[in-house]
Amino acid sequence: MDKSTLFSMRLSLQVASVATVFVILAGTAIAYVLARKEFRGRELLDVLFTLPLVLPPTVTGYYLIMVFGRNGLIGKMMYEWTGFTIMFTWYAAALASFVVSLPLMIKTTRASIESVDRNLINAAYTSGHGEVETALRVILPLASKGIIAGAVLSFARAMGEFGATLMLAGDIPGRTDTMPLAIYSVASSGEWTQAHAMVILLTVMSGGFLYMAGTYSKRGV
Amino acid sequence: MGLSVRLKKKVKGFSLDVKWEIGDELAVLFGYSGSGKSMTLQMITGLLRPDEGFIRSGGKTCFDSSAGIDIPPQARTFGYVCQDLALFPHMTVIKNILFGAPDVPKTERLTRAREMINAFKLTGLEDRRPSEISGGQKQRVAFARALMRHPEALLLDEPFSALDSPLRSEMGRILREIHEEFEIPVILVTHDISEAYALADRIIVYADGRVARTGPFHELFRSNPGYEGESLVRRAAYV
Repeated sequence: MDKSTLFSMRLSLQVASVATVFVILAGTAIAYVLARKEFRGRELLDVLFTLPLVLPPTVTGYYLIMVFGRNGLIGKMMYEWTGFTIMFTWYAAALASFVVSLPLMIKTTRASIESVDRNLINAAYTSGHGEVETALRVILPLASKGIIAGAVLSFARAMGEFGATLMLAGDIPGRTDTMPLAIYSVASSGEWTQAHAMVILLTVMSGGFLYMAGTYSKRGV
Repeated sequence: MGLSVRLKKKVKGFSLDVKWEIGDELAVLFGYSGSGKSMTLQMITGLLRPDEGFIRSGGKTCFDSSAGIDIPPQARTFGYVCQDLALFPHMTVIKNILFGAPDVPKTERLTRAREMINAFKLTGLEDRRPSEISGGQKQRVAFARALMRHPEALLLDEPFSALDSPLRSEMGRILREIHEEFEIPVILVTHDISEAYALADRIIVYADGRVARTGPFHELFRSNPGYEGESLVRRAAYV
């Protein structure tokens, strides 16, 4: 395996890992609110968080540029205050991966939280436990297999992210070229041997993650 | 001590409007399915909000619609056992029991749990999960958990319905012992007439969301042989 392939693999793992940590934290919190709280606009919020799942990744990437680009809503303020822009950095790749894999986490976790037996939640309340303790000691542990499966799926999705990453982070060799971007580059330039190796590697890794997700979602408490 | 309630609640196709009061006795809420018995317990525990009324336990008000009082379920100290027992499948027997007293200091909690294990004959089962113990043992774990906080009242929503007859009698005897030991109001929801007869100091007969009759079991049926509540009870018994 040559240096550039190794770099792309390491970067992909780094980007997917960072994105997944934030996906687990944000996705679990959002899924909990969507599953357990009733408020106006709940389903609208669900649609909003699910959109990256169905939109072309380039469209998601476009929105991210509008928000985090140097002239974007948040990006402009950030640049003016700190002189830093997220564009064309590995952070941008992590952000793109976070946004496109978040819906998978939310969908899986929400379904899992909603399937927790209502009587068990009531038993926690009537035993003297408040909302936070009931969530941490009853609801989330009982929904854990869904949460783990969601996290693994999100990681696999983040590993394979291409379109939004290209829009936000670009395809800069040795800097932002994750595995999918590197495969595109080497295939475009006709380096088929390297492309084959990278494609097989990514396929095996993604298949492994899907297998893990399936195993966790079947395993009982 | 004692418990007094006045509850009004309208839901789709059903209206509950009940008022009753009990002392430190074992009262049976009796009636056919859908008469509002379980709904009453859920409102007492705070899991369901009444539209109107009050719930007073041992001189304290848990709920009063006119005064705007509505204590959340976790701050009400009732022991509640529902029909399917609701033991936490991811916790061992000892952890399920310890979970019943979050507001008790750790050492005291462990002492109480040990007492419960002994009293409910659960020794040796501490590290098993609910899926690894029998139906009767599950019942005893649920009772132990419900009593860990030394509740003001024990509320039981048909907890024996899944048990066979000998085990029901055994659990009835345990319930009697609990009542004598803790001297708190115990409310048992059932539509089993023999269970009501064997256990009730007082019976509160529900019909269509109303209290049809209340009183000591023997007075209610023996002094009024033609009383319409009897037919309600018989109907309920065959449901």
